[in-house]
Amino acid sequence: MTREFTCIICPNGCEIAATIENNIVVKTEGGLCKKGEEYVVQEITAPKRTISSSIKVISGDFPLVSVRLSNFIPKEKIFEVMNEIKKIEVEAPTHIGQIVIENVLGLGSDVVITKNICKQQ
Amino acid sequence: MAVINKEVIIVGGGPGGLAAAAELKKKGLDNILIIEREKQLGGILRQCIHDGFGLTRFQQTLSGPEYAQKFIDEVNELGIEYITDSTVLDITSDKKIIVVSKNGLLEYQAKAVILTMGCRERTRGALGIPGTRPTGVYTAGVAQAYVNLKNTMVGREVIILGSGDIGMIMARRMTLEGAHVQAVFEIQPYPSGLPRNIEQCLNDYNIPLYLSHTVTDIKSKARLEGVTISEVDANMQPIPGTEKDFKCDTLILSVGLIPENELSLKAGVELDTRTKGAIVDENYHTSADGIFAAGNVLHVHDLVDFVSIESENMADAVCEYIRKGELQKCNINIETDNNIGYSVPQKVSGMKDFKLSMRVRKPFKNCTIEVIQDDEIIAKKKFIKAIPAEMTRINIKKDNLMSQSSIKVVVRND
Repeated sequence: MTREFTCIICPNGCEIAATIENNIVVKTEGGLCKKGEEYVVQEITAPKRTISSSIKVISGDFPLVSVRLSNFIPKEKIFEVMNEIKKIEVEAPTHIGQIVIENVLGLGSDVVITKNICKQQ
Repeated sequence: MAVINKEVIIVGGGPGGLAAAAELKKKGLDNILIIEREKQLGGILRQCIHDGFGLTRFQQTLSGPEYAQKFIDEVNELGIEYITDSTVLDITSDKKIIVVSKNGLLEYQAKAVILTMGCRERTRGALGIPGTRPTGVYTAGVAQAYVNLKNTMVGREVIILGSGDIGMIMARRMTLEGAHVQAVFEIQPYPSGLPRNIEQCLNDYNIPLYLSHTVTDIKSKARLEGVTISEVDANMQPIPGTEKDFKCDTLILSVGLIPENELSLKAGVELDTRTKGAIVDENYHTSADGIFAAGNVLHVHDLVDFVSIESENMADAVCEYIRKGELQKCNINIETDNNIGYSVPQKVSGMKDFKLSMRVRKPFKNCTIEVIQDDEIIAKKKFIKAIPAEMTRINIKKDNLMSQSSIKVVVRND
């Protein structure tokens, strides 16, 4: 069977037509690079995503700081990971790259701060 | 009021202004000033906390704040002067700039002015949606600022009008924060945002996208209680009898961005009616001598990476202008056919290689964009698909130009 995919790996957003037999990708067409085929394989076996959110900052000059995951997680774990992210707060100052949850839910991905927030003056 | 002299003044400290400043300094210009109206540098990237930025510029995927910080760090390391919380009130054609700041009114005189003010969102007023005027109707960027910067949730039952990228990104963001996003409605017969955002922001969360639909009524007096959605015909007119009512407390509008050019007009900069940005040449030089523009104030980009690259290219030309006092005259006009929405720059000299940025007006499959002068094809690019959501860039070599006659950009179906 042939299935159409929109690759989300980069802004090219290639439309990939994949020929799939017994859950195995036998051919892909339309992708500009080999990442497209890897993406299709991942989509039909175990789809993965990354998410961004924000957490509360204590005594910062802004009330929130943005965070993201350091690695892809299984798509079906997105809301469970969001629940973990919602629980945490961080003290200002914050810096880019600071890990606020290590290996969240044992999924092999850290929750990492993506913005520098100063302590409130 | 003492006049402060600067070689180059950059109006707007977002990705365009930051990249331009760093490039100018690296090319040896010292007396530069960035003026930013917000409290911090970074522009709209500060609230774009999703990732996907930087794949072209840095070969890695970053969130907006991380992407901005790379340039802010560079500006700091290079010792470039900037003032924040400062709003430019006026720019004159002889490059005087009036600024209101915490230190009162300031007057600057620049040798060159760089316009990097970005864009703003089209609002409900611009669309003329009928109905009452309750609270709960936001543009996507305003909703994004509330949720990502101010820790304020804007609503629980959400309808989104317009399939712009920020609207789709907010559909996902609101869903992650516990809201129920019922659907996205787009008046055009094709989406206006990028396919990857339809996939990862809508499809992933089972949010349906309805094309050729729009909001035809907004209900309630205090908080929004519902909207009426209608199908539209080929002329984008609502079809009577197709009305459906949806209960919601929030309507998010993602219906387009408009370059913010009020200051440019004061400075005598001529605008292009298609881009709503300045008419520029290959040097990003506007019709006002010594005034340059790049980034979203020039034409709306879909990727920040191209804003940075465009601003750096502009900065190189600004250096040349400062050193020589003038730039090559550009007399070759670039025209487009009906299938191309616009192209930037609008004029070139023929003495320099240049990059042509453009958008198709409607989706195409298997087409070639051709750049033609004197009936000869001087550059072309083939596409499996070309869509209005994606800006296209074509590099053109000066050696391929035939003459000083005008250049035409056309789309051909293969």
